[in-house]
Amino acid sequence: MTDAQKIANKVVEMVGTRAEAEAIATVGTAALTRFANSFIHQNVAEDTAGVRVRVAVDGKVAALTGNRVDDAALARLVEAVIEAAKLQPVDEDWPGIAAPTPVPAVDHADRSTIDATPAQRAGAVKEFIDAGEGLSAAGYCDTEAEQVAFANSLGQRAAGSVTRATIDGIHQTGESAGSAHQTSARFADLGGKAAGELAADRARRGMKAFDLKPGEYAVVLAPECVATMAIFMGFYGFSGKAFEEGASFVEIGASQFDPRITITDDPMSPDALGLGFDTEGTPKRALDLVRAGVTKGLVHDRRSARKAGTQSTGHAFADASLGPVTASLVVAGGGDAVTDMIASVDRGLYVATFNYCRILDPKSQAVTGLTRNGTFMIENGRITGAVTNLRFTQSFVAALAPGRVLGVGDDLRYADSEFGAGIVRAPSMHLAGWNFTGGAEG
Amino acid sequence: MFDTASAAVEAALAAGASYADARYVEGRDEFIQVMNGGIETLNRSEGAGVGVRALVGSSWGFFATADDDAASLRKAGRQAVEIARASAAAPGRPMPLADVPIVDADYETPVVEAPLEVPLAEKVDMLLGVSRTMQGVKGVRLARASLGAWDTHKWFVSSQGSKIHQHIVETGGGFDATAVGEHETQRRSFPQSFGQFETGGFERVRAWDYPGNAGRIAEEAVALLGAGACPEGDKTLILEASQLALQIHESVGHAIELDRILGWEAAFAGTSHLQLERLGQHRYGSEVMNITADATLPGALGTFAYDDEGTPAQCVPIVDHGRWVGVLSGRDSALIAGLPPGGMVRADGYNRLPMVRMTNVGLLPGDSSLEEMIAATEDGILMSTNRSWSIDDKRLNFQFGCEIGWEIKKGKRGRMVKNPTYTGITPKFWAQLDMLGGPAGWIHWGTPNCGKGQPVQIAHTGHSASPGRFTEVRVGVRA
Repeated sequence: MTDAQKIANKVVEMVGTRAEAEAIATVGTAALTRFANSFIHQNVAEDTAGVRVRVAVDGKVAALTGNRVDDAALARLVEAVIEAAKLQPVDEDWPGIAAPTPVPAVDHADRSTIDATPAQRAGAVKEFIDAGEGLSAAGYCDTEAEQVAFANSLGQRAAGSVTRATIDGIHQTGESAGSAHQTSARFADLGGKAAGELAADRARRGMKAFDLKPGEYAVVLAPECVATMAIFMGFYGFSGKAFEEGASFVEIGASQFDPRITITDDPMSPDALGLGFDTEGTPKRALDLVRAGVTKGLVHDRRSARKAGTQSTGHAFADASLGPVTASLVVAGGGDAVTDMIASVDRGLYVATFNYCRILDPKSQAVTGLTRNGTFMIENGRITGAVTNLRFTQSFVAALAPGRVLGVGDDLRYADSEFGAGIVRAPSMHLAGWNFTGGAEG
Repeated sequence: MFDTASAAVEAALAAGASYADARYVEGRDEFIQVMNGGIETLNRSEGAGVGVRALVGSSWGFFATADDDAASLRKAGRQAVEIARASAAAPGRPMPLADVPIVDADYETPVVEAPLEVPLAEKVDMLLGVSRTMQGVKGVRLARASLGAWDTHKWFVSSQGSKIHQHIVETGGGFDATAVGEHETQRRSFPQSFGQFETGGFERVRAWDYPGNAGRIAEEAVALLGAGACPEGDKTLILEASQLALQIHESVGHAIELDRILGWEAAFAGTSHLQLERLGQHRYGSEVMNITADATLPGALGTFAYDDEGTPAQCVPIVDHGRWVGVLSGRDSALIAGLPPGGMVRADGYNRLPMVRMTNVGLLPGDSSLEEMIAATEDGILMSTNRSWSIDDKRLNFQFGCEIGWEIKKGKRGRMVKNPTYTGITPKFWAQLDMLGGPAGWIHWGTPNCGKGQPVQIAHTGHSASPGRFTEVRVGVRA
């Protein structure tokens, strides 16, 4: 069976009246061409299929996931999940399944991505490699295409298709590295040559880097850095579960951010990659999390919404233990050119990417991490040289506090982070200060 | 199931591969989590499929499918070859494979109580009891407990003639209590953060005595809210064993991966500060530092009989009295480096390409005890249980945060401190290791969440460690 909606419907039919049931099914392909030392060293593809069924038998809840979608496998899955649920204690916080509700027609799937061949991916990789003559390239080009469908025993149905294509890589000189990233729903949008040229330029500029004394510096952060900040604030802060558990920094209605900061979760945008519904079948909608510096909202799944006495915002995640998860984050772009932001810095740093960021305390949003693939000194409004990677220990929320955001870039785009491609769109940003706590020597 | 894997291999050979191997993998897993006396999650999953790897010229291709009918297996083999041919658009040097014994073998993790056969009600009751005990401590906001288990069969077939079946069982879990203050959260975990996982059955979980430790852990979480801040400065640092295990994982385990050293992971996971030409000469740490990568340790999380290339599991010396002497390798990387293959290549499921992964990279025990280390310390901090970890792409510059610390003054454990952190540079830090706990405190810690590769793969790795003492370490880094 290769139709996701038929699979989801079949599972719900098999459960029948024995339980409340919801099923989400996926069918698709994923392929990734990886390169290092300027050659393709790993090249993989798979046909993907999966179904997740969650049932509640008199308030006793269990979920089961499988990757076999023939009738016999689905029947085994259904019987097993019902038996597992019966053995559970009653889940006092079970919110029930979603009532039938229209789902917005969101379809970001693109034919050029669905049809992308190994030869086309290899071609994009070759363009990236060739753009850095004399340098050593590493990275990947991948494509994903997936049909996703939802069904539940109250009659809610939803279906959609998604595609994503990414080229991401670095060029290395032997003493420095520079990175570039492009993500789109459309494989045809990717430009291996342009990405390779940017990475090569950054790598060459990064040569002869010097060690900088740690301390607080003004920074111009590239979109990759801002995307990382957004992911941490989303996961640990704007989650309705984190808020309910007392671990979130969020204070609804408070001016926690600079007026230049607006953060939304918007699956409806033409540039978005996601679906119009979540894993509980709840319709998504554009949601303000921060508007002009004022914290406006949280994301919810049905469980966190029930506890908060509100409605789900359509942010349920397959692994319910994580709670609701932001899915289409956008940090709004501004009107400042990156060159102008750099020109306004007397003494500070330009940072291309962050690396290996980890939360120290979710409530204060204190995070430690490092700079990578391009850290540059700015003096008197211009880049004067490269700096070796620095460690920082910084509260992300405090860095964006009122008065601390001095510029927001006009370069909004999908930005990479260590947490995967296609998650956040973000611009560059000029911040008044960033707390660097260690250099190359510790 | 050997026939299923063989069909994919034969299809790849027929399509032009000079070498092919395939794994048919069938797995079940279970994850249960309770929070504040109620069930939060009961997830089970079942999956099966075949992944075939084909070598054409100097290029590799890999294709995976869950469909195991004859036509799908033929298609999988052909697709792997087609992908390998596409790789020739940007070809590399020839990648021959180091020789390994051709075997027909079978292996099973020794298990007393199969974890998925232990009644669900018993497991849930245990977790609920632990959660309620923690909830009973005034000031605890979140009382979470969880159990997990993986039960995996793998059938490996290579075009060189090996046929290997393995049945690997991994079990574990843990619990944590969180107290929430006005501007902070404080958490304590047991046996370690993210839980303790081992190969074996549910007897592994029972041995940790969750119920007997729940009250103490909850009380410590609450006490941390009122504790003083970790002092700043250069001090003697004593690490409890599970934190030392993570220190080994991050600053040794990843750095010695040969694929990183060769640059194959440069864009994502990173490279290594180690240079292959310095193998055998580079000083990694002090004389007290002896590290092995031992995939044969009974009960450790990275234990098996053959890796996913069919290479036998083995114990490889990595650091000998502070001198770097070994790497983690696969058949291709080992041959490039001129070393014997280490049997350290594994994949996260049928649908992922096998790659160099840690087995059980552990620090052999010393001859001290935690009490002796404290007694020998004039001015220091004892830190326990990881809370945050971060290290650069060369595995040099690291910063760790722990859940709890205690000041040590004049050989005595003093006041509790919160938010303890320490930072350092890998070889400098390991050179400062001067005391190491003995065999009595040596535990095979497990890391169930090691991410690497693109698409990302999660590996389960082991790290044996006892407590250790380091001199002159920078502690108390804060935002």
